[in-house]
Amino acid sequence: MATLEIRDLHVSVEADNATKEILKGVDLTVKQGETHAIMGPNGSGKSTLAYSLAGHPKYTVTSGTVTLDGEDVLEMSVDERARAGVFLAMQYPVEVPGVSVSNFLRTSATAIRGEAPKLRTWVKEVKEAMERLNMDPSFAERNVNEGFSGGEKKRHEILQLELLRPKLAILDETDSGLDVDALRIVSEGVNRIRETGEVGTLLITHYTRILRYIKPDHVHVFAGGRIVESGGPELADKLENEGYEAYTKGGVTA
Amino acid sequence: MAEAQNIPVGSTTAGSIAVAAESTVATRMSAPPSFDVADFPVPHGREEEWRFTPLERLAGLHDGTAVATGTALKVAIDAPEGVTVETVGRDDARLGRAGTPVDRVAAQAYSSFEQATVVTVPKETVLAEPIRIAVHGEGGTAFGHQVIELGAFAEALVVIDHTGDAVLAANVEYVLGDGAKLTVVSVQDWDDKAVHVAQHNALVGRDASFKSVVVTFGGDVVRLHPRVAYAGTGGEAELFGLYFTDKGQHQEHRLLVDHNTPHCKSNAVYKGALQGHDAHAVWIGDVLIRAVAEGTDTYEMNRNLVLTDGARVDSVPNLEIETGEIAGAGHASATGRFDDEQLFYLMARGIPQAEARRLVVRGFFAELVQQIGLPDVEERLLAKIDAELEASVVEASA
Repeated sequence: MATLEIRDLHVSVEADNATKEILKGVDLTVKQGETHAIMGPNGSGKSTLAYSLAGHPKYTVTSGTVTLDGEDVLEMSVDERARAGVFLAMQYPVEVPGVSVSNFLRTSATAIRGEAPKLRTWVKEVKEAMERLNMDPSFAERNVNEGFSGGEKKRHEILQLELLRPKLAILDETDSGLDVDALRIVSEGVNRIRETGEVGTLLITHYTRILRYIKPDHVHVFAGGRIVESGGPELADKLENEGYEAYTKGGVTA
Repeated sequence: MAEAQNIPVGSTTAGSIAVAAESTVATRMSAPPSFDVADFPVPHGREEEWRFTPLERLAGLHDGTAVATGTALKVAIDAPEGVTVETVGRDDARLGRAGTPVDRVAAQAYSSFEQATVVTVPKETVLAEPIRIAVHGEGGTAFGHQVIELGAFAEALVVIDHTGDAVLAANVEYVLGDGAKLTVVSVQDWDDKAVHVAQHNALVGRDASFKSVVVTFGGDVVRLHPRVAYAGTGGEAELFGLYFTDKGQHQEHRLLVDHNTPHCKSNAVYKGALQGHDAHAVWIGDVLIRAVAEGTDTYEMNRNLVLTDGARVDSVPNLEIETGEIAGAGHASATGRFDDEQLFYLMARGIPQAEARRLVVRGFFAELVQQIGLPDVEERLLAKIDAELEASVVEASA
C-alpha cells in the first residue's frame, strides 16, 4: 500500500538576499485511499508544502525526510517524483505557448506510464475523461493553459490527474477562483479518482467550501509552517464556525 | 509568451514609429547606396549599420583586405526542365536590377565578383519541383552574385543551402514579373568558422507574391540583409526567419521593406532561440512607407527566446510612415527568457528535462514553422531545431 511519510520537514526560500524558513517541522503520513485536508490561513506555508513535495527549485529542504513507499522523494528530480507517483494540481498552472493540450497529455502519459499509450485507446480515454469534466473536444487543440479561464485551468489539472493516476495527489487550492458549478465538476473528478482507492489525496485549501464536495478522512490545521492541530471532519466544522483566529494569535501572523 | 516577459540583462528591445518628411532609414546609413566599394568608407564599427557587428571577425570583407581564392565554393544547381541556368560576366545587363548595395561589404561583393549565376523561370512556367542550389564552402574566400528571375505568372520554389566553411560576401537578386509567385528558402547551415555577409534584394512585380524563408543555424558570423521593393501595385511579400544562435555565434538579420508603390502588402516574422555564452542575435526590421504608397498593409514581428545565461539579443523594429492613407501598419518585438516555471510544470508531469525543453522550444517556433507552409521544409526545420537542442544538452552535461 502506497504511503507518503513526511518527517520533521524544514524548508527555506531565498528572498531579498536572506534565507527565510517557511516550513518548520512538518510531520504527516498519507496512506493510499486516504484524504487529508490541510487548512490554514494565507501565508501559513500550505503551498510551500505542496511545491516542496513536487520538487520546485525555489524551495530548499534544510532538514527532514519525505518518503513514498520507503523511497527517498527528496533525492528525486521533479520528473522522477512525478514518475514515482507524485502529482501536484497547481493553483496557478503555467501557459506553454505552441504546445497543444493533446500533445502535452500524450507526452506526459508516455513519460509516466513508461511507454506511449496505444493511439486508439488513448484517444478514447482522453475523450471520455474530457466529457466527464464537461470539456469541449476543441480544448485538446488549444495550447496548454493559454487563454484558459480559471475554471478551464483547474479542469485541465483534474483531467491530468484522471489520466496520470498518481499514488499521491496534491491539490493546491484547486477550489480557489471557481464558481459553484465548476467546483462541483472538479470535485466530482477528484472523487472519481478517490473512489478507486488507489490514491492518497492531500487537499490544500483555505476554505471549507470544497469539503462539502470532497469529504476528508483527516483534517489538519496548518499555521506558522507546521501542523498545529489534527482531527477528523469535525475539525473542519469548527474552522467553518470559528475561523483561523485561534491559530494565528500568539505571534503567528496570517 | 507574454509580451512583457522578463527581458534578460544585456538585451535591448527598442522600437520606433517615425512620421518623417525625410527617411531616417536612408539618412542613418553612413553612405548612400552604390555599386562601387570606393563610395563607402571603411567602417570603424560605431556606424548605425555596423554597431552590432564584430568587424574583427569579418575576415577583411569590410576593409578591402579579403581576397578571393580560386576554389572557395562548390555550387551545384539542380533545376527542373524549363529553367535556364547561366553563368555570365560582370557586364550582363540583367545584373543589379533588384537593388543597389547599401553597405561596404555588399558593394565589395559587387565590385569583386567575376562571374554571376542567372537562373530564369520563363513566363507562365509553373514548376512542380523546387530549384535546389547547394553552396558548399571549401575553406576559401569568395564574392558571389546570383539572380533568380521569374517571368510573368511563373511560379517557383527555390531552396538554397549553405554548408561547409567559407568567407562569403554576396548579393542575391530576386526579380519577380507581374503575377509571379516565388518562394525562396535560404538555409545557413555553415560550419562553425564560416563568415557569410549577403544582401538579398527582391523586386516584386505587379500582383506578384514573394515569400522568403531565412533559416540561420551555423557560421561564426552571418549577417544578412533581406530587402524588398515593389515594381507595381498589388505586390505581396512575406519574410519569415528562424535562427538558432549558439555559443559564440553572431547572427544578424537586417530587413528592409520599402513600400514605394501603392496597395502592396508585407508581413515579416522572425523568431530566434539563443543558447550559450556570447551567442549574439541581431534583428533590425526597417519598414518604410513612402508618401506614394497609399493602401499599404504591413506588419513585422520579432521574437527571441533566450535559453541560457550569457546570450545577447538586439532587436530593433523601425516603422517609418510618410502617408496616413494606409490599410495597416504594425510592429512588435519581444525577448523572453526560457521560463523555469514552464520547465517545472512539464517536469512535474513526468516529462524529463531535455524533452521538456524540446517541447517548449518547438512550441516557440511552431506557429512560424506552420506559416511557412512547406511540409518538407517544416519537417527539416523541426529536426534541425531538435538537433541543436540535443547538442546543447550534450554540451551542458559534458
